[in-house]
Amino acid sequence: MEIDWKTYDPGEFYDEMISSPGNPRRAARAIASYLQKLSARQMKRRQNAADLSIAEMGITFTVYSEGTNIDRTWPFDIIPRIISQKEWSRIEEGLTQRMTALNMFIHDLYNEQKIIKDGIVPKKLITGSKSFLPQCIGASPRYNVWAHICGSDLVRDKDGTVYVLEDNLRVPSGVSYMIENRGITKRVFPELFRKHRILPVDDYPAHLFDMLASLSPRPLDYPEIVVMTPGIYNSAYFEHSYLAQQMGAELVEGGDLVVGDDDCVYMKTIDGLQRVDVIYRRVNDEFLDPDAFLEDSVLGVRGLLRAWRAGNVALANAPGAGVADDKVVYTYLPDIIKYYLDQDPIIPNVPSWRCDDKKQREYVLANLATLVVKPANESGGYGMLVGPHATAAERNKFANLIKRNPRNYIAQPTLSLSTAPTICGQHVEPRHLDLRPFILQSDRTYVTAGGLTRVALRKGSLVVNSSQGGGSKDTWIVETGGN
Amino acid sequence: MLSRVAERLYWTARYLERAENTARLVKVYSYMMLDLPRGVGLNWHQLVDISGAHEHFDKNYRSAGERNVIKFMLSDTDSHGSLITSLAMARENIRTTRDLVPSEGWEHVNELYLFAKKKLAGKTLPKDRYEFLSEIVMRCQQVTGLLAGTMSHGAAYQFVRIGRNLERADMTTRMIDVGSTTLIAPGVELERLENRLWTYILRSLSAFQMYRQYVRRRVQPEQVLAFLLQDTVFPRAIGHTLGEIAACFEQQLPNNEEPLRAVLRLQRLVADANVEKLRAEGLHEFIDELQMEFGNLHQQISGTWFSLELDEAV
Repeated sequence: MEIDWKTYDPGEFYDEMISSPGNPRRAARAIASYLQKLSARQMKRRQNAADLSIAEMGITFTVYSEGTNIDRTWPFDIIPRIISQKEWSRIEEGLTQRMTALNMFIHDLYNEQKIIKDGIVPKKLITGSKSFLPQCIGASPRYNVWAHICGSDLVRDKDGTVYVLEDNLRVPSGVSYMIENRGITKRVFPELFRKHRILPVDDYPAHLFDMLASLSPRPLDYPEIVVMTPGIYNSAYFEHSYLAQQMGAELVEGGDLVVGDDDCVYMKTIDGLQRVDVIYRRVNDEFLDPDAFLEDSVLGVRGLLRAWRAGNVALANAPGAGVADDKVVYTYLPDIIKYYLDQDPIIPNVPSWRCDDKKQREYVLANLATLVVKPANESGGYGMLVGPHATAAERNKFANLIKRNPRNYIAQPTLSLSTAPTICGQHVEPRHLDLRPFILQSDRTYVTAGGLTRVALRKGSLVVNSSQGGGSKDTWIVETGGN
Repeated sequence: MLSRVAERLYWTARYLERAENTARLVKVYSYMMLDLPRGVGLNWHQLVDISGAHEHFDKNYRSAGERNVIKFMLSDTDSHGSLITSLAMARENIRTTRDLVPSEGWEHVNELYLFAKKKLAGKTLPKDRYEFLSEIVMRCQQVTGLLAGTMSHGAAYQFVRIGRNLERADMTTRMIDVGSTTLIAPGVELERLENRLWTYILRSLSAFQMYRQYVRRRVQPEQVLAFLLQDTVFPRAIGHTLGEIAACFEQQLPNNEEPLRAVLRLQRLVADANVEKLRAEGLHEFIDELQMEFGNLHQQISGTWFSLELDEAV
């Protein structure tokens, strides 16, 4: 497993560690030369130590597709992914810009709808969206912010350009893995942390707490904040319980909460009923409140939406915020940023075709073999078509799906995701990856230093989702100035 | 602390204790069936009666032979009181409160359940049965000790302690019931057999040595009964378990008035029992009464801390 950067060759792809065989990028230079000095045995020992820590720390995610849910440990590659701080500060600015515009957009949609009246986005964008909730029209959450926690997926193309692939505004997960990954690399490569200046990520729970506290309807030092989980069978239960523990908040299920006649939310404790100020909910909109949404939801709390509309409890993210998570809305994002902020996007969107436009649809149908087709409303990599990797039958199926419901699909060129060196058995080989930073927004905005790097462990694969054979890496934002 | 979490911890402890005591009960009963002469009138169906689940048994089993009763007590997943059901429930409860108990707690309970499931799926010869049951008892105690030694003794732990002691009190009454219900056949050499019977009961509760230190005499039914009912320092004696529950209520838990009243009433009932008279007649009825009161105590605990009504909001 000894690494020789001269023989490591990512081919036509952009590699995060080296610029050409034998030449590490500036921010990665020190770590590349350090890794090269390790013997195969030392490297193996470090990977084993990491695997052991993962088992010990009980880091698991739940896989749905295997019939009965089982907790499975999350594969972790010890070689960190390096980004220079200089590049990162620009990404940070771009994410802040994006999130600010998105929140203005959501607020506008549920209130005056100026952007529609001004003809920037079509009305059918909302009427055709499953995630637009009429029950939320006219609501005014604190600071007019609806999406408080966002995980945006970034990818880098062949030429080095970073794009935003999607914005996850519903219940984005993965942040606990980001923090735990750092904990593991600190154990495995302590000497590197002494030599490098790597921006910390473990302050996230503190920022999350502060952001949630700022939403409290009652001005309190320590408002009652709870994390609401669908329960142990949810794939992200580990994260829910982790964040609750880190913030010192209660981890509640729907059955633990009740809405009183005074339209306030209470949790059932051994001391009696206790008022709750802020709910960080990891339950999807449709299950939140059987009175307002799905009647037979057992995960939610009767009357929760009423309490939220009355301003007696804050929900993060606010119900209905998912409307901006729609893939078709995504295609309008450059216009949305321009409209509200009068700025150009700092981080570009991936060029996209909307299938409900006749011309664009025709192009998509004619070029299915080279495109990626995505449904407007799915997450986790489900229900999409990767043209170049699909069979003719799959492409036919998608052509029909698109013709039947064009509003529900967009298409994008197949990007050549960047790679980074990854331990694969006895060798270090390039593997494709993406990056999910997390953004918190209320009266101020916070962006994590880096985020969760997800890596497709199968050779040539572009699918990085943990539920479909992906793993993860620690992400280092490294200060390069002054050296 | 959330009511749901308190409730799950309480049930984790109850089911663990129930599993342990079911193992103890089956073990002592099996020995007795081997050892006591037929004329005593002992049969396997009485074990079902003692477990308090004869309705379910009679509906689902045709005969009350050894095989059926053992299956019912140990491996029947439809039976609420079987060993495997208790372990499965303990596991499910601790699994959903994993963040509050030390992680070894979950691991041990999980392994214990998997161990029992595997063993019970195989053919169990009587010889293996004793070994198996002894191992269950030991491993349950291991978990109890682990929680006592590694979990902060705050409110969360008090619910573990309450569950354990209430279940233990209940199961000790069932052991005593073994003594009362099997003494129905007249005309046998009663006294000698009876002493032997109570020795079994003591042993099944790991109480024999402690009993000898307590009375320093050979085994006598009244003394055993007094020891198991009223002693305040032996951990499986009902007097002690009630004292523990009262202490949990008083020390750590809010709004404790109603449950405290219920446990104090029970303590009085036990302390005032006339053991000699009970042994002569009415022991079984007295046991019934105690079990009803345990049920009532559970209702008080549940009503106070687990199931809150909305009108308490204002």
